[in-house]
Amino acid sequence: MSNTTAAQTARRSLGDIDLRAVAPFVALAVLFAFGAMVNPNFVGIDNLLNVVTRSAFIAIIAVGATFVISAGGLDLSVGSMSAFVAGTMILFLNTGLIASDVGMIAAAMLLALAVGALCGLANGLITTLGRIEPFIVTLGTMGIFRALTIYLAEGGSIAIKSQELRAAYRPVYFSNLLGVPIPVIVILVVAVVGAFIFYRTRFGRHVTAVGSNEEVARYSGISVNRVRTLTYVIQGLCVATAVLVYVPRLGAATPTTGLLWELQAITAVVIGGTALRGGVGRIWGTICGALILEMVGNIMVLSDLVSEYLIGAVQGAIIIIAMLIQRSLGRR
Amino acid sequence: MRNILMGLAAFALASVAMGAQAQDKQVNIAVSIPAADHGWTGGVVYHAERAKKTLEARYPGLKITVKTSPDGASQANALEDLTAQGIDALVTLPHNSDELTDPIRQVKEKGIFVTVVDRALSDQTIQDLYVAGNNPELGRVAGEYIKKELGGKGDVVVIRGLPIVIDEERQKGFDEAIQGSDINVLDRQFGNWSRDDAFKVMQDYLAKYKKIDAVWCQDDDMAVGVLEAIQQANRSDIKFVVGGAGMKDMIKRVADGDSMIPVDVLYPPAMIATAMELTAGNFHDQVPVRGNYILDATLITKDNANEFYFPDSPF
Repeated sequence: MSNTTAAQTARRSLGDIDLRAVAPFVALAVLFAFGAMVNPNFVGIDNLLNVVTRSAFIAIIAVGATFVISAGGLDLSVGSMSAFVAGTMILFLNTGLIASDVGMIAAAMLLALAVGALCGLANGLITTLGRIEPFIVTLGTMGIFRALTIYLAEGGSIAIKSQELRAAYRPVYFSNLLGVPIPVIVILVVAVVGAFIFYRTRFGRHVTAVGSNEEVARYSGISVNRVRTLTYVIQGLCVATAVLVYVPRLGAATPTTGLLWELQAITAVVIGGTALRGGVGRIWGTICGALILEMVGNIMVLSDLVSEYLIGAVQGAIIIIAMLIQRSLGRR
Repeated sequence: MRNILMGLAAFALASVAMGAQAQDKQVNIAVSIPAADHGWTGGVVYHAERAKKTLEARYPGLKITVKTSPDGASQANALEDLTAQGIDALVTLPHNSDELTDPIRQVKEKGIFVTVVDRALSDQTIQDLYVAGNNPELGRVAGEYIKKELGGKGDVVVIRGLPIVIDEERQKGFDEAIQGSDINVLDRQFGNWSRDDAFKVMQDYLAKYKKIDAVWCQDDDMAVGVLEAIQQANRSDIKFVVGGAGMKDMIKRVADGDSMIPVDVLYPPAMIATAMELTAGNFHDQVPVRGNYILDATLITKDNANEFYFPDSPF
């Protein structure tokens, strides 16, 4: 019985993968055309690179969220986790333990990844071993990570103290490789690795299996708790990776760092075609969703169409329209 | 305004002198403030804690309880809890005036001395003492400076905070200052008093406008993001950025003579300490303090920057 269900899942996703998977990209293209119409500066290469670069944080985090959501979980703590990881990373950079700047930054990066993975592990273990709804667990850790950050910052912001270190790390956000900004390369690497794990490994297939039907997955011998926990660890690693790109931009973690990122990440995942109830995941769609979100904000500032008070409403409407375009394609 | 500052200095001296006489008087003061959700409120928390230490050391019978709340509803609860503990005075920086007017009125009805900081209540008869910065003045001082520096003519972009009264008042002051001049405001967008959002908005401004003479972003946190965006775009047309509040990094830049940040406009989170000093003075020193105490939106320049520099403050 379990085999047939798994087979059906596979067949179903293969059957309609074309239109559903293409849909977010169509929405992106429509939005792109709209942006070009509103302001010719929108298609300027500098502007487009800015937008794609800026979307890096949400895109990278959302790749992790795709794993969590596909496995039937949810992580609301990613925003405050970003702030917490950024805070600990900067505090470590400020200790000046290692004399060479490059060595220091490399060590801080490893530390950030470790902290991120541990935060994710905590989320995963509490959810699976404690048998608590992930919504509640991550709502709790969201408060914990945020408060810890504010505590570490003593209510203010945590900034990289050494100007040399800041100068050495800055290029990670601002420089480019053959004209492609580093954060964009990081998005691509994370997405390729994520897509490989998700579509090409046994673990990836287990993630969708657990998300589509937990009982069936358990009877087919999948260790549900292990798979679920690992998705949260992947989420933590993605958050840490986003932080590695975030810290060099402004060189500080502030109380507003990562505020509402969890909602943006979840929105990107859903716009990308991943089912919020689990069982279906689309890594590239997620990246596309993150781009759509960032592009909407950019078009709003570049246009003179609406008063600054109404921007939120228009953004909301555009996201809903993007989903409707997707749905209508998906139904065909 | 200078007179008031002088008055405060004299008052501080007087309170030190009289502290000895009022030693054993037991007074409980509760301080209810927003949690550190951005740089400025972080500064408020820091200065509240700092004032608690100095005041408790100065007046042995004084007990100060500082309580932070993440939003208006939990602040209303905190007010009830604090009142239940038996307090003589409340010093509060309300999250939101409309929402918290009634909870604060209930505190007042118990005969407690009420000091309101920064955000005026909808019913101003409730407060015994009101301590605040001057929001319209913050906008006006920034506007006057930009008008003067640009010779009355130029293209300016504005980054606003959040759509609340404080922001409106600042915008209005700014608009009045540049009225009648040839200062042209190209665009206004909300940056939510956040570095990251201000960075994005500034990047978009730079893509949208080929020539910008100056930026007014009314807040030093946002100025950090703005400067980073300008640096990245390698644009040399922007002559300077005017922030506001008095964040230590920005005051340092002013003191160091940074040409991009030539001035800052003061709106100090330390006003919570002013309010606590005055409230404690009311009880321990019998100094009359009832009324409105409005701090100046001082223009911080290279000459006076050191006066406003708190190297240990988080903000």
